[in-house]
Amino acid sequence: MEKKSCYHCGNAVTVFNRIDYDDKEFCCNGCKTVYEIFNENDLSCYYEMQTSPGATPEDAQGKYDFLDKPEIVDKLLEFNEGFTSIISLYIPHIHCSSCIWILENLQKLNEGVYRVLVNFPEKKATITFNSEKTNLKEIVLLLTKIGYEPYISLSNYEENKKPVDRSLIYKIGVAFFSFGNVMMLSFPEYFNIDDVWMEQYRGFFRWLILLLSLPVFFYSASPYHISAWKGLRSKNYTIDIPMSLGVIVMFVRSTVDIIFNLGPGFFDSMTMLVFFMLLGKLFQQRTYNFLSFERDYKSYFPIAVTKLSDENKEVSVQVYDVQKGDRLLIRNQELIPVDAILISDRAFIDYSFVTGEAVPVEKKSGDKLFAGGKQMGDVVEVETINTVSQSYLTQLWSNDVFQKKADFKYKTITDKISHYFTPALLAISLLAFTGWAFVDWNIAFNVVTAILIVACPCALALTAPFTLGNAIRILGRKKFYLKNVTVVEQMVKVDTIVFDKTGTITTSANSVIQYTGVDLSKQQQEDIRNIIRGSNHPLSRKLYDFLSSKITLKPDSFEEIPGKGLIGIINGKQYKIGSAELLEINKEKVLNETSVHICIDKEYKGKFVFNNHYREGLTELFFKLKKNKYKIAILSGDNNGELKKLEKILPKGTEFVFNQKPDKKLEYIKNLQANNRNVMMVGDGLNDAGALAQSNVGVSVSENVNVFTPASDAILDAGEFRFLDRFLNYSKLSIKVIKMSYMLALTYNVIGITLSILNKMSPLVAAILMPISTFSIISFVTVMTNYYAKKTLSIKAKKRGT
Amino acid sequence: MSVIYLLISISVFVAGLFLYFFIKSVKSGQFDDAYTPSVRVLFDDEVKKDLQPSQKKSKKEETFKENQI
Repeated sequence: MEKKSCYHCGNAVTVFNRIDYDDKEFCCNGCKTVYEIFNENDLSCYYEMQTSPGATPEDAQGKYDFLDKPEIVDKLLEFNEGFTSIISLYIPHIHCSSCIWILENLQKLNEGVYRVLVNFPEKKATITFNSEKTNLKEIVLLLTKIGYEPYISLSNYEENKKPVDRSLIYKIGVAFFSFGNVMMLSFPEYFNIDDVWMEQYRGFFRWLILLLSLPVFFYSASPYHISAWKGLRSKNYTIDIPMSLGVIVMFVRSTVDIIFNLGPGFFDSMTMLVFFMLLGKLFQQRTYNFLSFERDYKSYFPIAVTKLSDENKEVSVQVYDVQKGDRLLIRNQELIPVDAILISDRAFIDYSFVTGEAVPVEKKSGDKLFAGGKQMGDVVEVETINTVSQSYLTQLWSNDVFQKKADFKYKTITDKISHYFTPALLAISLLAFTGWAFVDWNIAFNVVTAILIVACPCALALTAPFTLGNAIRILGRKKFYLKNVTVVEQMVKVDTIVFDKTGTITTSANSVIQYTGVDLSKQQQEDIRNIIRGSNHPLSRKLYDFLSSKITLKPDSFEEIPGKGLIGIINGKQYKIGSAELLEINKEKVLNETSVHICIDKEYKGKFVFNNHYREGLTELFFKLKKNKYKIAILSGDNNGELKKLEKILPKGTEFVFNQKPDKKLEYIKNLQANNRNVMMVGDGLNDAGALAQSNVGVSVSENVNVFTPASDAILDAGEFRFLDRFLNYSKLSIKVIKMSYMLALTYNVIGITLSILNKMSPLVAAILMPISTFSIISFVTVMTNYYAKKTLSIKAKKRGT
Repeated sequence: MSVIYLLISISVFVAGLFLYFFIKSVKSGQFDDAYTPSVRVLFDDEVKKDLQPSQKKSKKEETFKENQI
């Protein structure tokens, strides 16, 4: 059968969900409705820029009622005066140019909207609207209706707008301005040293150069001076010390030279050096604006919940205002924000968020529900027994262990080198000084300053920022997003990898379901859905969600045979739904495949196949990691039901630990670290948050990186999970590039220092040597990191690997 | 020859002016999002080109409906 996809969202169109409209196929009513809206408003070229750019709209019934409350809206609005209001909304679905286009044409769908500005990298839309003609709730509902549901959570409510720090850019701007002008003014000096013309203007040029260099020394280079001073006080000899020292010596000597008319000084080199240093700093600041590496429970919590007042009226109430004893309504897929007792008959609570347990737990009336659980199914009523701040999850989070990002005294590779470099440099200058002092005091001073200037570890200090900055860019392109450059270095040291089970090595609950066999009619689909409605088995729940037909009647008879399946009679027809055993048919058992067979009136129809439970390439990945001498462990909040299966597909020596609560997971990582192991934790949910924070490198795996991930050092797109070994290899190669580049830098330094010791270093030589070393280092590391990326991360390597 | 003082002063002044405008525009957040404007600039044409025929069409439809009534 030809594979068809929804015109709006691109999801697969199957016989179960197909809707024909306007000669196009849609996967559900929601998608069709969005298409209709766009079509009616002349916005249909939304579909022309990108094929199937949309998202299925979610049902938002009652979800945004809290936006009726002015005090909540006030907190969310960025600007509100008169009738003009501005709101910035985070919209995870923004992913292509069609998205920008449709959102920026929102005023065609709602008259109250003045204009919308999309910030694509941050996935934010800033909406200016007339608060008389429309309101925030209407806008949010409209966005939700067209598939662009904004994400509003408790952290929006509390967030204080942090001013953006742009000082680095200013510093670079100033440095570039000075560098360019100083260079230009230095040129006459390079070539016309004894010219008559030059004699006349030399003073003017030199003083102007001095003047232009002042802001560079005092403003642009200030971060280096400050950090060098801090390093000296804490006896931590970082690379900033020789750098700051170099800049200071350059500045002082050049100033002295110019004031006493001894020479042109080294201001050209100094300004250039500072400029490139700052550029390196900017380069390694790769930020993924749409990702956040530091999230806490607040980004998961809703701003408000629905409370039942005494007269049984539904009112929205801010979560912090929830009192003990309040009755709350929790809708499908909503998070329970406080510990509570269930009042409704029964509820299915998905605790995967807190414990990692994948299967929803059934709760009966009177059972205690913990905060952090998600209700699956119908609306339930609960009575709170705590306030938000006293609930289990909040308490857990406020726990110090969870808060503290393990405070390693981490030494970067540059710091390590400079630890030897700085004392050696000082020793050499001292020796040179004493040597020349016997000959001539003036020369001795000249030599020492020249050494400090050329040895100023320009190349050395540029290597790491440019290599690692480039490395995280390349990894980012492969959908492995690192928080900062030090993560690359830490990845190299990892010798133990701990995986969470649910959601990390297994795919998430809503996996794709496929049907093979004789086509089922609409009626039959409906019947099946009605029968499985009564079952609590996880597969039934999944299948129930998958079939989109209506719920009409209750089956005449219904029987659930544990471990086998369901038998139900509806409309006089007997349905057998379940395993091959139940249906008494001989079917080959496919390893690692879960399927539900359908039989109607003793006639075999076909089967629903639940896609591979474990992630693709899991076994290969584990064997490769094993080969690379990593110690592997699986840490799960689940019970050990799958132990046998896992043992079969994973290499020997993999450690399995089950039934681990969040704090136990953290404890486990701590124990490993106490045994001098460098641990990489790969997890996904909030239940891993403590372990992710404790580990040396915390990687959170996410099916959709726009959706929320716990605080971590790196975010890995779930589709790239099987390439984890390559990312580890690549980080090793990056460090190799740094080491090679250090050799190159050292060569330059040896040449420069030798020239200086021999008193042959003139400003002109310095002006030539410095840019050569800078450019060659930058191009060397860029070429090498890209070369290794091609070698280890490219598609060719993929073919070889599999 | 003293014109060189004047010329260099002017050139530095102009460069300083550029620096001032650069810092000012950074401060205003103009460079915070370097991607979206590059896409946005391509839209305008497309919308106009595409809207006109469809607008006409819908107007035609409207008149058609009115006529029917």
